[in-house]
Amino acid sequence: MNAHLQPTGSAYFLTSETQEQERHTLSVLVDNEPGILARVVGLFSARGYNIESLTVSETEHGRRLSRITVVVIATPKVLVQIKLQLERLVPVHKVHDLTAEGASLERELALIKVAGSGDARAETLRLADAFRAQIVDASVESFVFEITGKPAKIDSFIALMQPLGLVEVVRTGLAAISRGPQGM
Amino acid sequence: MTERMTGAEMVIQALTDQGVEHIFGYPGGAALPIYDAMFQQEALQHILVRHEQGATHMAEGYARSTGKPGVVLVTSGPGATNAVTGLTDALMDSIPMVCITAQVPTTLIGTDAFQECDTVGITRSCTKYNYLVKRIEDLPRIMHEAFLIATTGRPGPVVIDIPKDVQFAVGDYYKPDLETLRHQSYRPQVDGDADAIEAAVELMLKAERPIFYTGGGVINAGPEASKHLRELAELTGFPVTSTLMGLGAFPASNPQWMGMLGMHGTYEANLAMHDCDVMINIGARFDDRITGRIDAFSPGSRKIHVDIDPSSINKVVRVDVPIIGDCERVLAEMVRVWRSKTNQARTEAIAPWWAQIETWRAVDSLGYKNSDTVIKPQYAIERLYAASQKQGKEVYITTEVGQHQMWAAQHFHFDQPNRWMTSGGLGTMGYGLPAAVGVQVAHPDALVIDIAGEASVQMTMQEMSTAVQYRLPIKIFILNNERMGMVRQWQDLLHGSRYAHSYSESLPDFVKLAEAYGGKGIRCSNPAELDAAIEEMFDYDGPVLFDVIVEKDENCLPMIPSGKPHNEIILPDTANIGSIIDEKGRQLV
Repeated sequence: MNAHLQPTGSAYFLTSETQEQERHTLSVLVDNEPGILARVVGLFSARGYNIESLTVSETEHGRRLSRITVVVIATPKVLVQIKLQLERLVPVHKVHDLTAEGASLERELALIKVAGSGDARAETLRLADAFRAQIVDASVESFVFEITGKPAKIDSFIALMQPLGLVEVVRTGLAAISRGPQGM
Repeated sequence: MTERMTGAEMVIQALTDQGVEHIFGYPGGAALPIYDAMFQQEALQHILVRHEQGATHMAEGYARSTGKPGVVLVTSGPGATNAVTGLTDALMDSIPMVCITAQVPTTLIGTDAFQECDTVGITRSCTKYNYLVKRIEDLPRIMHEAFLIATTGRPGPVVIDIPKDVQFAVGDYYKPDLETLRHQSYRPQVDGDADAIEAAVELMLKAERPIFYTGGGVINAGPEASKHLRELAELTGFPVTSTLMGLGAFPASNPQWMGMLGMHGTYEANLAMHDCDVMINIGARFDDRITGRIDAFSPGSRKIHVDIDPSSINKVVRVDVPIIGDCERVLAEMVRVWRSKTNQARTEAIAPWWAQIETWRAVDSLGYKNSDTVIKPQYAIERLYAASQKQGKEVYITTEVGQHQMWAAQHFHFDQPNRWMTSGGLGTMGYGLPAAVGVQVAHPDALVIDIAGEASVQMTMQEMSTAVQYRLPIKIFILNNERMGMVRQWQDLLHGSRYAHSYSESLPDFVKLAEAYGGKGIRCSNPAELDAAIEEMFDYDGPVLFDVIVEKDENCLPMIPSGKPHNEIILPDTANIGSIIDEKGRQLV
């Protein structure tokens, strides 16, 4: 039976979605041409797929290739469609689902501005040390920390800075790569 | 070997080198250099349209009736935006099209210049691919790549946006090397996996209730694909049905033909799909008009799916043997593998299945109550078909969208591919008249008929002027019921007969309108006079608008209502379709 796949395909007899949403990291190898990012993002917005984070940069200058790392939230059936429709785009070479393919590394960088004095200021320095965050800017009343790591680690650090005078946060979004010797 | 020339000359040269003979377009300021270059040559013929949407539908009709890509040339701003409907239509129905849009000079892009719009941004999601040519150095490569992308893999529309200063610039043009031209990332797979084909044939050899479900992919793969399909059907003895887009790939006159399937398909085709044990999908995409309620679609069958687009596989319905490849290659291979395993049709094994099919055929689901006093639309199509076969010409049919489109699909019969042009995926009203113009341009000696509704035909009526200008004797057969019939039918079925804006008021006098354009107008409301009027239409050497006054509230049956499974089909003897959907169903509306 096909019941698990999709509702009825009719606006007159709607049924609810039965699958759970999952978080997957996709790595997309594309031609580095003007508008490629708009093309990929346009596909997501046109089809109604959710992007949680997105990073892009050139990965091989000689062959004019770029790598787009995008974190999506979708049901397994929709994930298959996202992958195939991305691959269908003319400038896309390959799409890898790093979450589905198993072992992968995920990293993010954040710049975090904290303003405070006295005990709070001392506490932020201790915590920064524990999280191995670097001080990249210092003034009498504030610090800017640079921290890299898994998104969950960065989330924890930000949560801890909240009561200690957190001013603002800038995050890069996820970069991910598979473990082992195989390249894309 | 390169040649120095301007960008505009490169465009014309590239089109000529790609074998293009006709181009449909409309000039404008940003396109003047290309029009100037075109004026100074004879190889390419330009058909001047009256609205850019007409140009895109003409290119579609041209492409679907010949297998060659249709080519469109429009100017910037409104020229490009007017083409969006046709581009989307081509994308949905996988029609190869190259659309050249002129653009303001590169130095003015982004300044809200006169007739400027973000063409590439607007058309990104309604084309297979699009380009903005910023440098003259890129133009030859882009022109040749565009044709490659439009015509290979799953065909589709490609837009090339060329700024005016690039059209004036001088650069080096080189001819395409059609043998070795490859794209660095776009490599469609055309040959099906050998193991999958083997598995598919094994399933077919054991099937007791098999059916071929064919679609537009067989048409797109070329006439050879239709030939292989016929061969395979003959070898296997299996029944064959087709979607709206695939009509003509298998001859309707063949006893194995089940009629079209789907929402308005025949009873036997739909029940056979529901009860089959092996379904062989060749070049169709399990569209919702075909499947009805998906969780009850052919629940007991094993499904084989041949498609060139990997994202079509398992998109709607889970299949057991997916085969990614071009229909022509896969069908040829299936024939070879079948032949290597057996040399007989499985006539005895599937005889009970055919007996069952005969009982379903006996229901005569396309039957209707004819009348002596009013022309029934089904009767009009039947008489049109009968008369068209006696003209000694190749017959091509285009349609608009609605009830008349379904009646045309049911009551007009096609024995060859590329004879049926209709807007299936997008369902664009106003497609048929310009498409007929495009078909007639490609086939000047053929009989080209647009089966239309009176609401649809008004959407692109201005292209009558194009037909008159280029002496294209298209026949526009308007089934005039003063209603948007299909909308009215759904309002009856699912919206408590609340007819919100589904009627045509203030209709023009189509006879006078035809004459105003310089064509011929005919009107008929008496069934006894219909045959003679059709003869009159065929005899006139020029474009004709034939206003057929038909029964106003005829329902297009059979019908599988939206979201119902195949075996809950509504048959033609149902008097009041308003009572079919129960209260519970209506609450979900």
